[in-house]
Amino acid sequence: MNLRGKLAVEIEDPAVAEALNNFKASVSAWSEAAYNRPRTVVNPARPGWRPAASWTLGCVLAAGSLAGGVYEWHHRQDLARIAAMKAAAQMTAQERAAARQSAPASAPIEAAAQPTPAKAKANEEDSNLLATVDSDVSREVPAAMEPLAQLVEENGTN
Amino acid sequence: MTPEAAEEMAARGFASIVEGHRPQIFRFLLASLRDVDLAETLTQECFLKAHRNWKHFRGDSSAMTWLMRIAINLQKDYWRNRRVQFWRHTLAHAVELDEAGEWLPNGERNAEQQMLAREQVAQVWKAVKHLSERQRTVFLLRYVEERELSEIAQATGLSEGTVKAHLSRALGRVRAELRGTL
Repeated sequence: MNLRGKLAVEIEDPAVAEALNNFKASVSAWSEAAYNRPRTVVNPARPGWRPAASWTLGCVLAAGSLAGGVYEWHHRQDLARIAAMKAAAQMTAQERAAARQSAPASAPIEAAAQPTPAKAKANEEDSNLLATVDSDVSREVPAAMEPLAQLVEENGTN
Repeated sequence: MTPEAAEEMAARGFASIVEGHRPQIFRFLLASLRDVDLAETLTQECFLKAHRNWKHFRGDSSAMTWLMRIAINLQKDYWRNRRVQFWRHTLAHAVELDEAGEWLPNGERNAEQQMLAREQVAQVWKAVKHLSERQRTVFLLRYVEERELSEIAQATGLSEGTVKAHLSRALGRVRAELRGTL
């Protein structure tokens, strides 16, 4: 006996058997229709703003690092220039001090205390040079702090 | 036989298995879930899992029984893991019983017979809806997939006696629904 016959015997009731046959046919028809239905594959479109945003962010980062590098280079250049000027001033001062020490000890103390015109000129040059150095250093103060720096300078001179 | 040739032969064997059994697995899952999209997803998962484990298939049972077992387990896992989401999804997407009962092949029937058949199908669907998960699985395997009791026992992991008991209860429910005593 085939399975269908076995099922009919198992069910006994012809009305139930008929209903189950219809049920099977219905499920098969539905399944076949669903299985063979045309399927549309939708290609998920990438939003256009994403690559644009990545490019923008990349450009901003590149420009930022370039600008940072240039600023740092300029800053180092300025610092080196200031350091060279300070070293030159220090060297001049040391030379002068050495020249003073090598001068004759018999010279009157008053004469040493009273600066000669040459010495006065040299002192003036020194103070001018130091003033230049100070002003260069003070330029390193951020622009926003410039008025405060000037105020401090004025108070110092008063 | 070289390993490459064996692999190719195994791949060809699996391809023929997919071609031959995919519609049945889909039909079983569709009848169990009444949700076309979910049935498609689980059918795909079933064959993916089968492909991964194809080399471990020893042939103790038929390929169909083995695949059916995977499908039943997937359905169970899905239900266990996503209990809330599963029912929410199923309730939202499941086809209404009346709509599921609308499907009938165009046989040589007159309008009255068609209507009677539709009514019967709707009543069976109603009874199936109220069966427990195991009863429904066993019922569908027996009366839709027309599987032998031994195959159902293998696929569900139940004894033949338990399968018979579940079938008897399920059939009783269908009978009562058809007689209008529920």
